[in-house]
Amino acid sequence: MTTPAPGRPPGPGVSPAMDGKKVPIAEGGPSRAEVCVVACAEAWRGDGAILASPMGLIPALGARLARLTFSPRLLLSDGEAYLLAPPDPGARPGADGAGPVIEGWLPYRSVFTMVAAGLRHVMMGAAQIDRFGNQNISCIGDWARPKAQLLGVRGAPGNTINHPVSYWVPRHSRRVFVERADLVSGIGYDRAAALGPQAARFHELRVVVTNLAVLDFQTPDRSMRLRSVHPGVTAGDVTAATGFPLAAADGVPATRLPTAQELALIRGQLDPDGLRDRELA
Amino acid sequence: MSPDEVAGELRSGMTIGIGGWGSRRKPMALVRAILRSGLRDLEVVSYGGPDVGLLIAGGHVRRVVCGFVSLDTIALEPHFRLARQQGTVELTELDEGMLHWGLLAAAHRLPFLPIRAGLGSDVPRMNPQLRTVRSPYADGEELIAMPALRLDAALIHLNRCDAAGNGQYLGLDPYFDDLFCLAAGRAFVSCERIVPTAGLLESGPPQSLLVNRAMVDGVVECLGGAHFTSCVPDYGRDEAFQARYAAAAADAGGWQRFRAEYLAGDEASYQQAVRRFADSQASDTEPAAPP
Repeated sequence: MTTPAPGRPPGPGVSPAMDGKKVPIAEGGPSRAEVCVVACAEAWRGDGAILASPMGLIPALGARLARLTFSPRLLLSDGEAYLLAPPDPGARPGADGAGPVIEGWLPYRSVFTMVAAGLRHVMMGAAQIDRFGNQNISCIGDWARPKAQLLGVRGAPGNTINHPVSYWVPRHSRRVFVERADLVSGIGYDRAAALGPQAARFHELRVVVTNLAVLDFQTPDRSMRLRSVHPGVTAGDVTAATGFPLAAADGVPATRLPTAQELALIRGQLDPDGLRDRELA
Repeated sequence: MSPDEVAGELRSGMTIGIGGWGSRRKPMALVRAILRSGLRDLEVVSYGGPDVGLLIAGGHVRRVVCGFVSLDTIALEPHFRLARQQGTVELTELDEGMLHWGLLAAAHRLPFLPIRAGLGSDVPRMNPQLRTVRSPYADGEELIAMPALRLDAALIHLNRCDAAGNGQYLGLDPYFDDLFCLAAGRAFVSCERIVPTAGLLESGPPQSLLVNRAMVDGVVECLGGAHFTSCVPDYGRDEAFQARYAAAAADAGGWQRFRAEYLAGDEASYQQAVRRFADSQASDTEPAAPP
């Protein structure tokens, strides 16, 4: 196991090879972005043949890593209407047929059907999220005339009532982790409970992965809990950046580090250009 | 028909459904025709993109019914953002799946369809007219009763049509264009090319024939009619032009100049101005000639 390091490892991490293509260097401790990729991948551990829908680059790398390693049955789309077969769905199909193999067709109408059938686990973003996991991506301020119009509710209401949902927050702060969301797009555990066991039977918030930590809802009242902190982060750093009281066990563990195999896949195959670091910048 | 003849069939106050998705295969030539019309107070139902933005900017829209208004590569449509923050447009904000279900209910002439999406979220708070319905069977489950989204008219854009209104998409996603047509009192389809009926299957398989002439009331041939949104495989999204559009929308002066340059004339002059834009982009990026 390599030494934990909070930032980028010393050195560039990649070096030019003879043919000009970037080749990974296996040494160098994992960067924060790489820890986040693996933490996102872990969200899909145990999922079988369901559609993994990551929103954002680091969740996308995580979903692809999960399929290449411990969740090989996951389905992944190209972001348009193809399902791309393993081993790597990163690129669009090439005109010469050299690109990834298409294993399915998934236009938007079929995505909605997969949602309603529960055959999906999405990792969405959150402009705001509260202690029970109520998420807002719609707008900031009063809905009737918002201070800032954001994306709208998009598919968040249907996702959260139909199938497992996780969240990715690249900048953990009190602006995002709020006492009360201005508007609820994706529903949290308190609202699911209020609906009753029948309506809420498919509701499940798996994890919230941030640049600082992994959080979940495995508490008696299903409020948010600090599950692990990334290397170089303390529990105090996380609670200070969170706008509500955060349940935390004594001696919060560290987020697990990428294995050598995972690092090689991330650096050599999934993201050879190192775009993952930009999402945390 | 011409784009302006389609606009001439519409009336102020109508509910208009627009096909496509975000900044993909939007009937932009028909939207531009509405910009040249005196139509007002439209209620626009759309998986929204620049269609919604342009109609808002032109002052044609009273209410938007949508799950989002996005340019895809630019997450939020700038005119929609501005109108929301200035309170100048009414909004029916729905989950994306609810919008699908509302169109399907209207297409099937049903008053509503039950759906789980929306329960527990703030969508019912934003839409106090929404009701729930309880299953009459043993489960007794309570669900959202998504009302039919009936349309006075639908506007869609396809790759190919015949003159009778049989229409074909050649890209990867039909979006919900067939449902928009079926949900509407009248449906108008613009297309890249009108071909003889016998020629339709030369371009794509039978299952690419998305709409048939029972669902369509008028056909417009308009090359580049979805510009600057994508219309694959005929053309992809014009990202450079979309960026120009979004930048212009950021301030009033910039938008006045954009309108004068691109939207002051008819469709032919729009396409000419777009070619000038493309030429200027090309000359900006061409490497210097070798000595």
